[in-house]
Amino acid sequence: MALLSFERKYRVRGGTLVGGDLFDFWFGPFYVGFFGITTLFFTALGTALIVYGAALGPTWNLWQISIAPPDLEYGLGLAPLKEGGLWQVITICAIGSFVSWALREVEICRKLGIGYHVPIAFGFAIFAYVTLVVFRPLLLGAWGHGFPYGIISHLDWVSNVGYQYLHFHYNPAHMIAVSFFFATTFALALHGSLILSSTNPRKGEPVKTAEHENTFFRDVMGYSIGPLGIHRLGLFLALSAGFWSAVCIVISGPFWTRGWPEFWDWWLKLPVWS
Amino acid sequence: MSFKDKRNPVSGRWARTTGLITMLILPLGLAACNDPVDVPPLDSQQIGYRGTGMEQVSNPGLDALLVKLNEVPPPIYDPVPADGPMATEIYQNIQVLGDLTADQFDRLMAHITEWVAPPEQGCNYCHNPENLADDSVYTKVVARSMISMTRQINSDWGDHVVQTGVTCYSCHRGAPVPANIWFAAPPPTTKMVGWDGGQNHPVEAINYSSLPVDPFSAYLLNDEAIRIAAPKALPGAHDAPIQQTEKTYALMIHMSQSLGVNCTFCHNSRSFGDWTQSPPQRTPAWHGIRMTRMINQDHLKPLTDVFPENRLGPLGDVAKVNCSTCHQGVNKPLLGAPMLRDHPELWGTADFSQKASGTAALTFEQP
Repeated sequence: MALLSFERKYRVRGGTLVGGDLFDFWFGPFYVGFFGITTLFFTALGTALIVYGAALGPTWNLWQISIAPPDLEYGLGLAPLKEGGLWQVITICAIGSFVSWALREVEICRKLGIGYHVPIAFGFAIFAYVTLVVFRPLLLGAWGHGFPYGIISHLDWVSNVGYQYLHFHYNPAHMIAVSFFFATTFALALHGSLILSSTNPRKGEPVKTAEHENTFFRDVMGYSIGPLGIHRLGLFLALSAGFWSAVCIVISGPFWTRGWPEFWDWWLKLPVWS
Repeated sequence: MSFKDKRNPVSGRWARTTGLITMLILPLGLAACNDPVDVPPLDSQQIGYRGTGMEQVSNPGLDALLVKLNEVPPPIYDPVPADGPMATEIYQNIQVLGDLTADQFDRLMAHITEWVAPPEQGCNYCHNPENLADDSVYTKVVARSMISMTRQINSDWGDHVVQTGVTCYSCHRGAPVPANIWFAAPPPTTKMVGWDGGQNHPVEAINYSSLPVDPFSAYLLNDEAIRIAAPKALPGAHDAPIQQTEKTYALMIHMSQSLGVNCTFCHNSRSFGDWTQSPPQRTPAWHGIRMTRMINQDHLKPLTDVFPENRLGPLGDVAKVNCSTCHQGVNKPLLGAPMLRDHPELWGTADFSQKASGTAALTFEQP
């Protein structure tokens, strides 16, 4: 059921991780596969449970609906459904659907014989999420340390957890993560504008190529990272941003219980100036 | 150098990776080298509704240290019955303890010596041994003011010191000058070069942050407005400049630091100023700020001329108190031990005889 006449030849059979040929087919433009089915299952169940949780809650205001984790007293055990158990099941569904999606990407990569860069990159986002709702709660000894599922409520959680360490801007990994977030948007802006400037000229102008692009940056800063290099750099910057975000939250609490400003005590005590 | 040499693990990429990781992790270890390192398992306590992120995470190793640091010395003598001759009948120049019997008076003097005076000097730290009634030793004048302060706190500031109250030991802890005191910071230079706005002088009192180093003169001596949050998140609704916001932030960090708690102990950060969203602990804290102002204005500032120069600050001001003077890292000083119960001489007009420490509403379980 290809949308375009030439698509059919890219639809390669095989390459599945589990299930053999069982779900090895396309639905419209979408590859299904075993992990497409599991993605659908977890997504549908998780979303339904969120709607159920919203029905139990005090509001249908989209901004204020919140599915909160259990009280800390439940530790790492299961909580009653209406007292955080729902959050626990939804967390399982979320991880199930994210990981399924990544594995579906892996299967598509295998079909096409390309590298696993995309699923690995997505894996960093999954890693950051799992760090927040699984690794850090495990380290602190209670599922209640996870964040609530709600548009405003998760922001309130972020704010309060930041203030648990008095001033979160002093968190060294937060500093690194923020720097990477800025660097990645900076690099993307430079790259995007450069490509448009050379390959999307005004009417009547010829399209330029990599030579122009490289020369621009050589003129500006003496060096061009090159057409492949800029994508390596972009991937590195973007994944680093997500990775250090995960680090900055997992060290807050499990490996640092005090104010983050106090962390820089060692810097103040360096023999160079103290 | 052959290709194989380049792959030698010592000089190769693994060594570089290990070096990089060490560089990143080392500061964590260094920063905590004098204290118990923060590693799981840790303790945590929930303050607000589940999932709001309002909680205290603490290191049990550090808490054990705090228990040691906050042991209360048992009374040297049992309380004495209020009979026998009054102190005024036996001694001269009694100005603030005239309501005590001579026995009670003697008992209090013995305890003050134990709590405050250096052991090698004893009574003579405050008294002229030739004439105990003589006011020529400045420490005696200070002590008199401090006794009246202690009694005033216990009589009038139940909103802050609740059922626990304070004694000389609450702040002094065996030292003639309490460990945590503050002086006004010299104002920053008025020249553009070197002007720092009173910031970037990292000290323990503000968690070594770059926030204003002296929020105390404004808020704990004078009564400048601490609450600066705008009522609406809209342009034009903000009256306070960023400098004032940072000064408030510095004071709040000081309070957290002094009590060994984080911001969520008293505030829900989604709206710091809203009392309806704040934990109940914010109420005694509010009274504590007013009490500290009273102490600094009514009891310490008037002593400026009494102290010798070496006891004054760089601007010639008297040593003053802030939250850490008494709290010393725990949310209830001396972990809420009802020490005052054993020292009725300091009760003032309140009665602490049957009272234990803290009520559930005001208590956060520290070790």
